Amino acid sequence: MFKNQPRALILLNWISLGMLVAAILMVFGYAPVEAVMGPVQKIFYFHVATAWVGMLGFLVAVISGIAYLIRPRKNMDISGLAAIEIGLVFLAIAIVTGSIWARPAWGTWWTWDPRLTTASIVELVYLAYLMLRQGIEDPDRRARFGAVYAILGFISVPLTFISIRLFRTIHPVLIGSSDPSAQGTFNMTPSMLQTFLFSLLTFSVLFATLLWHRIRLGQLEDRVDQMKMQAE
Amino acid sequence: MRMAFRSFMRALWAVIWKDLAGEMRSRELLSAMLVFSLLVILIFNFALELKTNARAEVTAGVLWATFAFAGTLGLNRSMAVEKDRGCLDGLLLAPVDRSAIFFGKAIANLCFILLVAIIVLPVYSVLYNQNLFVPGLIGVIVMGSTGYIVVGTLLSAMAVQARTRDILLPILLFPIAIPVLVAAVKASSGFLLRLPYTEIQPWLNLIAAYDVVFIAVAFMVFDYVVEE
Repeated sequence: MFKNQPRALILLNWISLGMLVAAILMVFGYAPVEAVMGPVQKIFYFHVATAWVGMLGFLVAVISGIAYLIRPRKNMDISGLAAIEIGLVFLAIAIVTGSIWARPAWGTWWTWDPRLTTASIVELVYLAYLMLRQGIEDPDRRARFGAVYAILGFISVPLTFISIRLFRTIHPVLIGSSDPSAQGTFNMTPSMLQTFLFSLLTFSVLFATLLWHRIRLGQLEDRVDQMKMQAE
Repeated sequence: MRMAFRSFMRALWAVIWKDLAGEMRSRELLSAMLVFSLLVILIFNFALELKTNARAEVTAGVLWATFAFAGTLGLNRSMAVEKDRGCLDGLLLAPVDRSAIFFGKAIANLCFILLVAIIVLPVYSVLYNQNLFVPGLIGVIVMGSTGYIVVGTLLSAMAVQARTRDILLPILLFPIAIPVLVAAVKASSGFLLRLPYTEIQPWLNLIAAYDVVFIAVAFMVFDYVVEE
């Protein structure tokens, strides 16, 4: 099953799996149950970690995009697309897990809070990215336009966040500032913080693994295309 | 240095003039945008049950939704015309800085959307019995349209080169234009409600930041969008 993969990637596969299992064990066994919200708070560890992977994906995509525009290389285009696909999936998971948490904590599945709204707009930006790529046949142009749109999208995200932030927010801010109007805030005990940081690390490793796989897939696709061209 | 600036301005003016003169003769784009805007306002009338004396917050939203929709219509058309008749290739062959072509197109598009606004505002004022001739509102319309049109012109140059070009522009443009649209709606309703300036200022700052950032980025990436 793994025979065509480089050895480092196989190792990374097993490391991600092991860390994921360890993270789940820590979330349920090591971290204490939060006093006010109860067990539902445990979703927070993976919720923040998946959102983080989403942002990491879009960051990798914009770096790939800039690198591609400076010097066009096929690999930069492949990694940009790979990162955005992974980012889209993980941000979607973050939205769904957040929704599951919000139901008991806020009493509603969805509210038009800045973070929620921004997350959904970000999903739309990068869905538009995929549609743009789909509409262009010439591979060089597709890569160039993809890079340009990834840059534009990434710049618009903080502006979107600020614009919606100027409305009031109820999303809890656990790290950094504390806003008294936020609902569902809690103080992390040391074991919670350790679990949280370990989840972040786990998902970052998982991101690296998936990105590597997706880039390999992109390179294989590219090779198939070239072989088809030669066969014709 | 001064020669370079002068030739840039001449090229810029030539592109603007070309678009405006073409439009003066055919009037396809403006008439389509105008009729479309009035239809959008009509639809909002039923969708939101706007009464005469419509509330100011609703007015700002309706106006900006109208400008955004009419804007995509105009942007799409103005680039599609260049692409279809091979004019874009001709323009790109001209020995001038490519940013002059981009800003020329953007300024022409901005003129079109402002012309639409000039006609829509009094019509809306009459239909809904509300005075829209507030200097602040007009300032917001100019500032907000600038950011919207700059991003829109860049994206329409990309969209016309795609297979799915007619449907692609709004999908590409709207999610990226959200910050400027949100800020423009809030600033406009602020002026219409005669809120104190300190409450409107953050929104104006945001529009200005959006304009500056995206003008700079568009200036940097336009070459890659039209490169063959």
